[in-house]
Amino acid sequence: MKAKVHVTLKRGVLDPQGKAIAHALHTLGFNGVEDVRAGKFIEVELKSTDEASARKELDAMCTKLLANTVIEDYSIELVA
Amino acid sequence: MKAAVIVFPGSNRERDAVAALEAASGTKPHLVWHRDTELPKVDLILVPGGFSYGDYLRSGAMAAHSPIMREVKARADQGVRVLGICNGFQIITEAGLLPGALMRNAALKFVCRTVHLRVENTDSAFTAKYRKGQIVRYPVAHGDGNYWTDTETVKRLDGEGHVAFRYVDGDGKDDPLWNPNGSVGNIAGIFNATRTVLGLMPHPEDAVESLHGNTDGKPMFEGLVEALS
Repeated sequence: MKAKVHVTLKRGVLDPQGKAIAHALHTLGFNGVEDVRAGKFIEVELKSTDEASARKELDAMCTKLLANTVIEDYSIELVA
Repeated sequence: MKAAVIVFPGSNRERDAVAALEAASGTKPHLVWHRDTELPKVDLILVPGGFSYGDYLRSGAMAAHSPIMREVKARADQGVRVLGICNGFQIITEAGLLPGALMRNAALKFVCRTVHLRVENTDSAFTAKYRKGQIVRYPVAHGDGNYWTDTETVKRLDGEGHVAFRYVDGDGKDDPLWNPNGSVGNIAGIFNATRTVLGLMPHPEDAVESLHGNTDGKPMFEGLVEALS
């Protein structure tokens, strides 16, 4: 089973990279851009075939290492 | 005073730390590899600067889970002094020894220069040889020094005297323009609740010899030797 993990800075935590990207997009003429948040995308290949246990394990991975929950949120998407 | 300096793959300030500690204490510190699981009996553990694990994922995130860190945390719980400098600050914060987190510098640039700091609390082995409010100059060299924690925690850190150093201008006044990384409240270094753990982004170990340009970092090491010998 494959998992797609997205890690982003929490709302309310300033994201200077996102701000810089938004600024560059404006410079390129993409004036419809209101806000940009930059984050990380991590793919994890798992032995498990059980969705519930995989989700539980990924949750632990995120809180222990993949995300710093002081400043970041994470989301987990399982792909069969 | 006996000290241990922890070495991770990618550490690069361990020699500076060893030189500063040896000059102050007259005793050569132990260099301890991150894969080790035991620490010698020491009075101080120094987690040095550098780029452990190439700053992969987040600065300090991997190193915080190195085998030796379990022992560092156990010693910290017993009251052994722990000093985390630069990447060391990031590592011990990721390891949960200090509150908050260190993020990318607000201006997205690596900063390498000398900064002015105000000593906010002298009630610790690290800062006892300074005067409260004293302005000192240490160099900084980092890309992820932007200390962040929520407003409540900042208030608590301030109220309980856990802010050790703040970035200030040359006259010692608070001025965000002199903050090199955008850290909340211009915070440069913080203590844990018992003030036995200090984490800071600037490098006191690189301001201990006249060749460094100034020796403002020396009192930190002298204070530690005096308190822990």
